[in-house]
Amino acid sequence: MRTIEQYLPDHPFFAGLDPKAVAVVAACATNVSFKTGEFLFREGQSADQFFVVRRGRVALQVHGPAAGTMVVDTADAGDVVGWSWLVPPYHWLFDARAVEPTGAVSFDGACLRDKCEQDPQLGYELMKLVTHVMFNRLVAARVRLLDLYGTTKSTNPLLSPLLSETVISHPGATDAAPS
Amino acid sequence: MDDIRGMVLLLPGLQLLIDVLRESGWTVRGPTVRDGVVVHAEIESVDQLPAGVGDLQDGASYRLRERGDGAVFGYVVGPQGWKSLLFPSRELLWSGHRTGTEVDVEPADVDAPRLALLGVRSCDLHALEIHDTVLAKRAVPDAAYLSRRENTFIIAVTCSDPGGTCFCVSMGTGPVPDKDFDLTLTELVDQEGHRFLVQPGSDRGEHVLDELMTRAVGDEVLNAARTDRCAAALVGSKAAQRMGRSLDTDGLRDLLYANAEHPRWDDVASRCLACTNCTLVCPTCFCTSVEDVSDLSGTQTERWRVWDSCFTNDFSYLHGGSVRPSVRSRYRQWATHKLASWVDQFGTSGCVGCGRCITWCPAAIDITAEVGAIRSGEG
Amino acid sequence: MLRQAEGRHMLPGGAMVPRLFRLADRRQDTADTFTMMLEPTDGVPLEFIPGQFTMMSAFGIGEVPISVSSPAKVEGPLQHTVRDVGSVTHALARTQIGDVVGIRGPYGTGWDVEDGAGADVVLVAGGIGLAPLRPAMLDVLRHRQRYGRVVLLYGTRTPEDLLFTDELKRWENLGVEVLVTVDYGTPSWTGRVGLVTTLIARAGFDPRSALALVCGPEVMMRFTAMALIKRGLSPDRVRVSLERNMRCGVGLCGHCQYRELFVCLDGPVLPYARVAGLIGVREL
Repeated sequence: MRTIEQYLPDHPFFAGLDPKAVAVVAACATNVSFKTGEFLFREGQSADQFFVVRRGRVALQVHGPAAGTMVVDTADAGDVVGWSWLVPPYHWLFDARAVEPTGAVSFDGACLRDKCEQDPQLGYELMKLVTHVMFNRLVAARVRLLDLYGTTKSTNPLLSPLLSETVISHPGATDAAPS
Repeated sequence: MDDIRGMVLLLPGLQLLIDVLRESGWTVRGPTVRDGVVVHAEIESVDQLPAGVGDLQDGASYRLRERGDGAVFGYVVGPQGWKSLLFPSRELLWSGHRTGTEVDVEPADVDAPRLALLGVRSCDLHALEIHDTVLAKRAVPDAAYLSRRENTFIIAVTCSDPGGTCFCVSMGTGPVPDKDFDLTLTELVDQEGHRFLVQPGSDRGEHVLDELMTRAVGDEVLNAARTDRCAAALVGSKAAQRMGRSLDTDGLRDLLYANAEHPRWDDVASRCLACTNCTLVCPTCFCTSVEDVSDLSGTQTERWRVWDSCFTNDFSYLHGGSVRPSVRSRYRQWATHKLASWVDQFGTSGCVGCGRCITWCPAAIDITAEVGAIRSGEG
Repeated sequence: MLRQAEGRHMLPGGAMVPRLFRLADRRQDTADTFTMMLEPTDGVPLEFIPGQFTMMSAFGIGEVPISVSSPAKVEGPLQHTVRDVGSVTHALARTQIGDVVGIRGPYGTGWDVEDGAGADVVLVAGGIGLAPLRPAMLDVLRHRQRYGRVVLLYGTRTPEDLLFTDELKRWENLGVEVLVTVDYGTPSWTGRVGLVTTLIARAGFDPRSALALVCGPEVMMRFTAMALIKRGLSPDRVRVSLERNMRCGVGLCGHCQYRELFVCLDGPVLPYARVAGLIGVREL
C-alpha cells in the first residue's frame, strides 16, 4: 500500500505538478472509501471536500419531482469530484453517490484554500490543474447540450415522462444520409 | 489553315447540308425564334433559322433585334444550351411492378435519337466536352448520356457578334470552335455576299462534305478561296475583342477557397432569390435528384431522374435539416463549385463564359462581378 | 469520341437500377433502430468492404444511403442497421419478412482497418455510428493477432439506445477494451455518463502509432478527432465517416459535394487530415 504522497503524482489530475507542491497538498489529504450507494456528499451540504477518485465510479446527480434522479455526469478512476470547495458560499449543488465500491483521496477544502492563500505560486499551479479539468468538463457539457444523437422526434430523455405525448414531427423529413 | 479542307456554302448550300444530314438519318436541331427568344427546334428548312435576328443581352435582360443583314447565326446564345437534348430534365431510370411480395424491376430503354446539332457555339462545345468528362468519363458513367452523345453530329459555328454577358475569351473557351465538332461553319456577310465557310473536324464531317460536293448541281457549294479563309479568320478575331464581360481566372481556385467567409457572399445573398434560373440555363450544371412515382395501389412504381439545383433548401438535406440552409452558402457553393472545386474534380473550370447565368438572373447577379469583388477585397 | 469501356456493366439506366434483396430476418435493436438481414434474390452475395454503404430502396417511396453493418467476406445475410427517422426508413421499418427491397452498390471508401496492422486500433462510435464500424471491428477480430490493443469507445444518448449489447460483451471477452458512456443516464444505469470524448484520455492505446476510426454525428467526430490529436495521434491516422445527402452513390447527382469532394465517391471514410480544413467551415 502506497502512501498518499506516493500515489498522487501518478493520478492524472496531479500529473506534472512539482513534487514539493504534491507534498504540501498531500498534507490536506486522507484516504476514503465508499460502498455502492453511499453518498460522497449531498446537495446543500457544506462543501469542505474535494475527491480524487482512485477506483470505482461516482455519479453526480440531481433529483426532481416526476423526473426522479437524474445523473448528469460520472467520475471514474483518474477523475476528480467537487469544485464547490473553491467557490463561496462553499455548498454542494449536486449529490455525489458511489455507484460501485469506490476508493478516493479526500482533500480538506479549507486546508487546501489556506495553503493556496499562503503560497500564491502553489495556488496558481493548482488552479491551472483545476481549470484544465473544468475546461474539459465544460466543453463536454456543452457538446452534450447539443443532443447530437437525438432526432427531430426526440425529446429530452430526462424529461420524457412529462413530454411523452408531445412528439415533434418533421413533416418534410426525408432521410438521405447513411445511418 | 490551308491544309484543312474547306468549302463555301451559299444559303441553298446550307439547305443542301440539312437535306444530306436528314437523308442520312439525322434529325437536325438548330436555332429558331419562338416567343421572342432563340431556341433550338427540329430544322428542316433554312427558312426556320433566325434570319437577320440579333440579340441584346445584359444582366436580367434579353431582347431580340433586327440586324438588317440576313445573318442566320447573328444572335449569341439563347437560354437553352444543348444539354436538355443529351441530358434531359426528366428521365425514366426504371419501372417496377409488385405482385404480392415479388417485385420486378425493368430498366428504362434509352431513347438515343441520331441528332445533328446545327449552330453549336464554342462555349457550348466546351460545355459538351465538360459534360463528357462529368457524365461519361467516370468510374460509373451515365449510360444514357453516353448513348445519346455517341449519336450526335455537331455542326459548330464561329461566334461573330458576342453579347453583353459573354466572357468565353476569359475562360479560354471561344469564340472560335477549335475541336470536338464534325463540321464547323463561319458565316460571312460582306460585299462578296452571304455565305458560310465550312470545314470538317472528323471523318464523319469529311464524308458529309464529299456528299455535298457530289450533290451540288449549281454554285450552292464552292471551293473556298483564300479570301474566304481570311475573312473567316477575321470574324473570330474581331469577336474575341468584343466580349461584354471578363473574368480574371488567375489563381481563382485558391482565391475562392480562401474566401469562404468573405462578406461578399452575404451581399449576394441579399440579392439572390434562389430561383435556380442560373443552374437551369447553365450548360454545365449537372445535378439531379430522383423521384419515385407510384400508383395508388403501390403495385406500379417508376423512378425518375430530374434536374435539381444546389439553390434549393432540400438539395443538401440530411435528416433533421439542410447542410446549406442560407442562400449565402448556396450561392457560394454554386460559384465555388463552378469556378474552383470543379478544377479539382474534373481538371477544368465548370464555367464556359456563355453568360447565360447573368442574362437570365432576374436579379442581374453577375458571377464575373461577384468574383471581381472578392478579388478586390470589396465587402 | 466516347466509347464504353470494355466489359463495363452498362445497363440502360446503368448503376441506377437496384438489385433485389429479400428480408430474411429482422431484429429490433432499440426503440427506433432495427437491423435488416437481407438475402439476394439472384443468390449472388453483395461484395463490399467495411465502411461502405448501399442505396436502399423502399419501392414507391424512395431511396436512402445506409451503411453495411454485416461482416465482409463472410457468408451470411447482408445486414443493414437502420434508424427510423424519415419516410424511406419508416417504410423500411415496416418491411415484413419475405418482402423485397432494392439495393444499389456498395459505394464509397472503406475503413481500411488493415492499415492499423501492427499497431493499436481505436474505434470511436457515437449513436448509430457503431453500425458502420461493426464490420471493421469484426474484421479486426477475425485477424486479431495482426493488431495490438483494440479499443472501442462508444457513446449513445441513453442506455436504451445502445446497439449490439450482446456483441459488446462478446468483444470484451475477446480482449477488446470496451468503454461505454451515455449522455443521459437512467436511474438503473450504473455505467458512465458523459461525452464519448472523455473516454479518449483513459483508454489504453499507444497514440504514436494507433489507427482511429470515428463514426457518429459530425460535431461529435470533430470533437473526437481533436481529442485524439490532442492525445498524440497524427491527423492522417484518424479516419472519419462523413454524412451528406447522397442520391446516386456514383458522383453523378452532385448532392453530396463537400467543396471538391464527392462524399459518396471520395468518402464516406476520409482521413481527418483531408477534411480538417473543411469541417469547421459553416454550411460548406
